[in-house]
Amino acid sequence: MSVFLNKHSRVIIQGFTGQHATFHAEEALKVGTNLVGGVTPGKGGTQHLGLPVFDTVEDAVQATGADVSGIFVPPPFAADAIMEAIDAGIKTIVVIADGIPVQDMVHVERYRMGTGAIVIGPNTPGIITPGVGKVGIMPSHIYSPGRIGIVSRSGTLNYEAVAQMKELGLGQSSSIGIGGDPINGTDFTTVLKAFEDDPDTDAILMIGEIGGPQEVDAARWAKKNMRKPLIGYVAGLSAPPGRRMGHAGAIISNESDTAVAKIDTMESLGMYVVRNPADIGATVLRAISGG
Amino acid sequence: MNIHEYQTKDLLRQYGVPVPEGRVVHTDEQAVSVAEEIGGSRWVVKAQIHSGGRGKAGGVKVVSSIDDVRAIADQMIGSRLVTHQTGTEGRVVHRVLIEKASTIVREFYIGLIIDRATRRITLVASSEGGVDIEEVARRTPERIIKEVIDPAVGMLDFQCRKVANKIGLKGALLPQAVKIMKRLYRCMRDNDAVMAEINPLAIIDGGELLVLDAKMSFDDNALYRRPAISELRDFDEEDPKEVEASGHGLNYIALDGDVGCIVNGAGLAMATMDAITLHGGRPANFLDVGGGATPNKVASAFRIVLQDPAVKTILINIFAGINRCDWIATGIVQAIHDQNIKMPIIVRLAGTNVEEGRAILNTANFPFIIASNLDDAAAKAMAALHSLEPKVAPLKKRTL
Repeated sequence: MSVFLNKHSRVIIQGFTGQHATFHAEEALKVGTNLVGGVTPGKGGTQHLGLPVFDTVEDAVQATGADVSGIFVPPPFAADAIMEAIDAGIKTIVVIADGIPVQDMVHVERYRMGTGAIVIGPNTPGIITPGVGKVGIMPSHIYSPGRIGIVSRSGTLNYEAVAQMKELGLGQSSSIGIGGDPINGTDFTTVLKAFEDDPDTDAILMIGEIGGPQEVDAARWAKKNMRKPLIGYVAGLSAPPGRRMGHAGAIISNESDTAVAKIDTMESLGMYVVRNPADIGATVLRAISGG
Repeated sequence: MNIHEYQTKDLLRQYGVPVPEGRVVHTDEQAVSVAEEIGGSRWVVKAQIHSGGRGKAGGVKVVSSIDDVRAIADQMIGSRLVTHQTGTEGRVVHRVLIEKASTIVREFYIGLIIDRATRRITLVASSEGGVDIEEVARRTPERIIKEVIDPAVGMLDFQCRKVANKIGLKGALLPQAVKIMKRLYRCMRDNDAVMAEINPLAIIDGGELLVLDAKMSFDDNALYRRPAISELRDFDEEDPKEVEASGHGLNYIALDGDVGCIVNGAGLAMATMDAITLHGGRPANFLDVGGGATPNKVASAFRIVLQDPAVKTILINIFAGINRCDWIATGIVQAIHDQNIKMPIIVRLAGTNVEEGRAILNTANFPFIIASNLDDAAAKAMAALHSLEPKVAPLKKRTL
């Protein structure tokens, strides 16, 4: 099966005809993604990449039965696009935009309440299920089908982990970037739960970073609710407090935000932890071997 | 983005929040004229730098004569103030705030943050004002009161009353406190602040509430729609290298080590710094070239990293997704030639167009140290560093 994106998913792209969206939609089609159309207000009724373009998400859902949307619109308009997708009944919404105002996300999260929609991102490379497809901007050729689930805040660190796993012959069931912003639509815990319930995932790698309570909250949840092995890494042990390390969410505000504090808590909760970023692949292998 | 205390108070004043009478000045002469204009017999002279802990560092002085206003202002302006947040080099004080001094009866804390766990703006308050709120949270967590605000209806009067009641703002003070909380929330919402803090909110002699110190910071991602806030940015308070980097679309943060870092992606950049640290080294900076890095952007990254005279070697770690290793390599070679770089350069390339990228480096007539993976790159950076200083014994590998 895999999580959030599977062979039954019907995908649309919002902001479809833009330059970046076009490039990444072509890449997604190359790896077999079931892309069924896109939305660009004002261009409804036309065709793009051989697929229908719609004026509204509502029209797209009616015509195609889409249940997954990749949002490629610029940050100032992204919150509106997300809420349009929620309103139209899209179940999985992947938000690539980097730079959405945080108060816009406060509103999006309020709007999403009770709808059952999953918002992945913002500021994420997206989601890939190797062998099935992708909604996002990650280089699909580095991933391979397998039985490890990956969830990370960072994009490139996700790639690093995948490369280390490939050397050891390990592939992925799905890989999900939850994004580097202070407010993400989907947190680590939600993704862990999906992987725990997925029969095609044997173990989960969680890649966090400094700032915020998410990694520790997820580790506490996992301790109570998970049977599958969980491996954790937290980037930024050498980061100084009070400085925003690239990602808006990566800032040490108090003692529990540091990488060391998070890793120590994860370890005390029985997780496999990675203290050296070069050991991510080896630790995953150890975890599934029961070592 | 952070702003100065005087700017925060000007903003709060526009929202009807009671702040002390006062004005910012750039010279001791102006300080005297402002103090005379305010009148009274006691004034506060406050150094304006972007840092907490100014009081403890000697940056806040209460004086009771015009001569002292002049003397203290003269002493502060142009001096370097070192607080626990500025680092040892401190910050130059370019201006001071002159305010009417008040007699404090009691102090409270009121703040608004964007809470990551609830994903909402949260009102935080405490009866323990005028001190470090994080310290209060650690020692006496029961004295921190929190109230989550629903963005659909905004901050409600009853929520403010609940909070005011719990921290001991009763009687005639209650309606005053409600007004201040609601206005602070309005100010935060209207201006895309990510944090707004009043510490202390004081009951002063005469029984009124007054904001004695306040701090706000703003969402960089929302500045495009807040031109008035953007204008408050003070480049003197920022590292010039970081300002230049952001102009090139690079994310740079100066650190105090000697291994320069050029990486794509914030997470991988942090992991690279961590790998260097684990090998006993010290990163000189955090630098994220971002996605779609052109050769020119990479060359700019070199220029910024090399402005730091402590840098002895540079480690480049690229895992190209939407980036292209050939563009990165072209930028590296361009920088080596144009900037006449002689120091050891360690390069780890992976991902999109890696073969093309390696070929460009191989034909460049420069002894690049090629690393096969992250660990190898950090190890080679340390070896390069030791080869520069043969007298220093190799450092032991550190573990966390």
